Amino acid sequence: MLSRTADSLFWLSRYMERAENLARVLDVASRMSTLPTEYSGTMNEWESAVATAGCATLFQQHREKATRESVVDFLVASPDNPNSILACIQTCRANARAVRGAMTAEMWEVVNGAWLSLQNIDFAEISGPELSRFLAMIMETSLRFDSVAYRTMLRTDPYWFQRLGTFVERADNSARLLDVKYHVLLPQSEAVGGGLDYFQWTSLLRSVSALTSFQWVYRESVKPWLVADFLILRPEQPRSLIAVYGEISRFLERIADLYGRQGESQRLARAMLGQLQNTPIDRLFQTGLHEFLGSFINDNNQLGSAIASQYLQ
Amino acid sequence: MAFDEMNGDDGATREVYADLSDWLAATPGDQLAHRRAEAEAMFRRIGITFSVYGDEQGGERLIPFDIIPRLLAMKEWKKLEAGLEQRVRALNAFIADVYGAREIVRAGIVPEDLVLRNAAFRPEMTRIKPAAGQYVHIAGIDVVRCGEDDLYVLEDNARTPSGVSYMLENREVMFRLFPELFAKMRVRPVDDYPDKLKATLRSLAPATASKEPEIVLLTPGALNSAYYEHSFLSDKMGIELVEGRDLFVRGNVVFMRTTEGPKRVDVIYRRIDDEYLDPLAFRPDSALGVPGLMAAYEAGNVTVSNAVGTGIADDKAIYSYMPDIVRFFSGQEPLLKNVPTWRCREQDALKYVLAHLSELVVKEVNGSGGYGMLVGPHASRAELEAFATKLKHDPAAYIAQPTLSLSTVPCFLDNGIASRHVDLRPFVLCGADKVRIVPGGLTRVAMTAGSLVVNSSQGGGTKDTWVVDDESAMQPFPL
Repeated sequence: MLSRTADSLFWLSRYMERAENLARVLDVASRMSTLPTEYSGTMNEWESAVATAGCATLFQQHREKATRESVVDFLVASPDNPNSILACIQTCRANARAVRGAMTAEMWEVVNGAWLSLQNIDFAEISGPELSRFLAMIMETSLRFDSVAYRTMLRTDPYWFQRLGTFVERADNSARLLDVKYHVLLPQSEAVGGGLDYFQWTSLLRSVSALTSFQWVYRESVKPWLVADFLILRPEQPRSLIAVYGEISRFLERIADLYGRQGESQRLARAMLGQLQNTPIDRLFQTGLHEFLGSFINDNNQLGSAIASQYLQ
Repeated sequence: MAFDEMNGDDGATREVYADLSDWLAATPGDQLAHRRAEAEAMFRRIGITFSVYGDEQGGERLIPFDIIPRLLAMKEWKKLEAGLEQRVRALNAFIADVYGAREIVRAGIVPEDLVLRNAAFRPEMTRIKPAAGQYVHIAGIDVVRCGEDDLYVLEDNARTPSGVSYMLENREVMFRLFPELFAKMRVRPVDDYPDKLKATLRSLAPATASKEPEIVLLTPGALNSAYYEHSFLSDKMGIELVEGRDLFVRGNVVFMRTTEGPKRVDVIYRRIDDEYLDPLAFRPDSALGVPGLMAAYEAGNVTVSNAVGTGIADDKAIYSYMPDIVRFFSGQEPLLKNVPTWRCREQDALKYVLAHLSELVVKEVNGSGGYGMLVGPHASRAELEAFATKLKHDPAAYIAQPTLSLSTVPCFLDNGIASRHVDLRPFVLCGADKVRIVPGGLTRVAMTAGSLVVNSSQGGGTKDTWVVDDESAMQPFPL
């Protein structure tokens, strides 16, 4: 297939996933910010939302303070932010339009439908009572896109590049989410945490729809190192880093089989999966969770570049 | 009074329309309105849109679609078909001659300066011999009708004609809306057009290509007004839809960038204009083209379709010589008429045109799409004066024609059934092996009462065109 087609499928999926993650971050921040301040820990929820979205520097250039209004506005639709939810859906749709023939009609309808409904929203009022409905619509769109792709695409290279985009983006977002909150996950550290961090831990789980499933896997009350274990090393949790890398390497293997050639991206993905499989959770804490996550985000970016130079250019 | 294709000159229903006329009389208006709403929903869902240049919103619009088919009897179609084939063969012979021996110039039939000083003349093509000596592989010849036997060619569209996707989608939608009409009338199918196009392109592959030549469709990209058609055709033909940046030239061979590495390309069905094809040969600012493409073309390693330089035959001043061109190359009388044309570059003609501006249609010799055209009878005094100034300033850039009384057909509009003016764009495919024409074409409709402008960029609509096979015996419809 054309490199440009693969590139567009990869990126349109990344942008769709990114829009969903932004919506999740805002949804949780919105919930946390309603708690009395003594429950909300050391960091302003809205600041951490900006940090999780990976645009703290850009935000500071354009806004004075992180408040509900300023952060929601910035992350949802601000023209100052090229990675706002609105911009993600627009970029996704532009990519989709360029490769309509490579996706199924149903996928196009989801993307185009979302784009059309964004035309009718008054973003000036978005931080008001309409916010949660808007965020639900974005998450719903991403879920539909995912399931429609899964149900309708032929299992050949376009499908695998589409999936790769989703999962490379998900790995990045999950790691970022953990990294912003790493301090509340550190065990037995008095400087951070304290009993009130319970709400921080559960909010982390909630932001990846994993609060209930946590109870099913651990059958004990939420503990910070268990949250980290769950979201990093448990293969049965579908958004954990290890599960996401399992998928990434599987899709890359399919592509390599089809083309009869292995390359840099297969080697990198295998190495990252191996590392996750061979790291017990206590070692992860010893080396430093923050350092671990930082290098994971870095490696994941490198994988993105390797995929690009091997297939997409 | 314009000739009406259903009711003729005298108001008596013409034979080919008999069944349709009965059906129209028997079908209540609200049912037609309902079907029309259904048709619109279908088009919207499929996403058949086009964008209009100069439209501030940059919006994607639907082309108005009329649900009443336009009918042609077999006898009429066969006559037209023969005329189209004769015309396209003459166009190809003319272009080959223009870039070759120039016998038609030496014979004094077409003036030399009109050829050599023409903006669409590509000197590069005097060195390049395209595969099978064919230049115009796809032509969208615009035909208008002014009476029972009066068919005129309005334009030859020998560059990159568009609209064929509407022809195909219109038929698809009509099939779903009116199965009972198709059961009653034998309509010759058009849906094998993509197959025929692919066979045509394949026949034109260069000698260097393998048995399975790699064919691609080159588009300017998703912002182009005809992008939907580009993606539609590439999809139906099962070929890659590429942009300039997907291709590169190495060692005078064209390759496309694929996920498995470079892949050789043999035939490029290009939907971008000559000037943008290769920044090394033409406009250096073009980001749409492929640097080095012309060198690969000259080396005979790739077929460009239509060939570069066919615009010379699209020139409206050249058009005026077409009857002579047909006679010169075929030795036969032209089967299709030309619209009488005043070439404003000639002083007497200019004088006449200026004196009769309000009766004439004036067009730019290099124009297309209905842009920059004056319809005298419908223009205001101020518009006429402004146009007269333009004309005097650069007479050679214009031709003028009488305002033809285009035929009308019944259309279903908001207030019921009414007559509207139409033209017809049949698509003629000319391969190394033979000429292929699907029966019918795209009928374009001037949706406003009395209007003669059918271009979609100017608010025109389309309708399905049925060549009714009324000659072979009718099989009873199986119950």
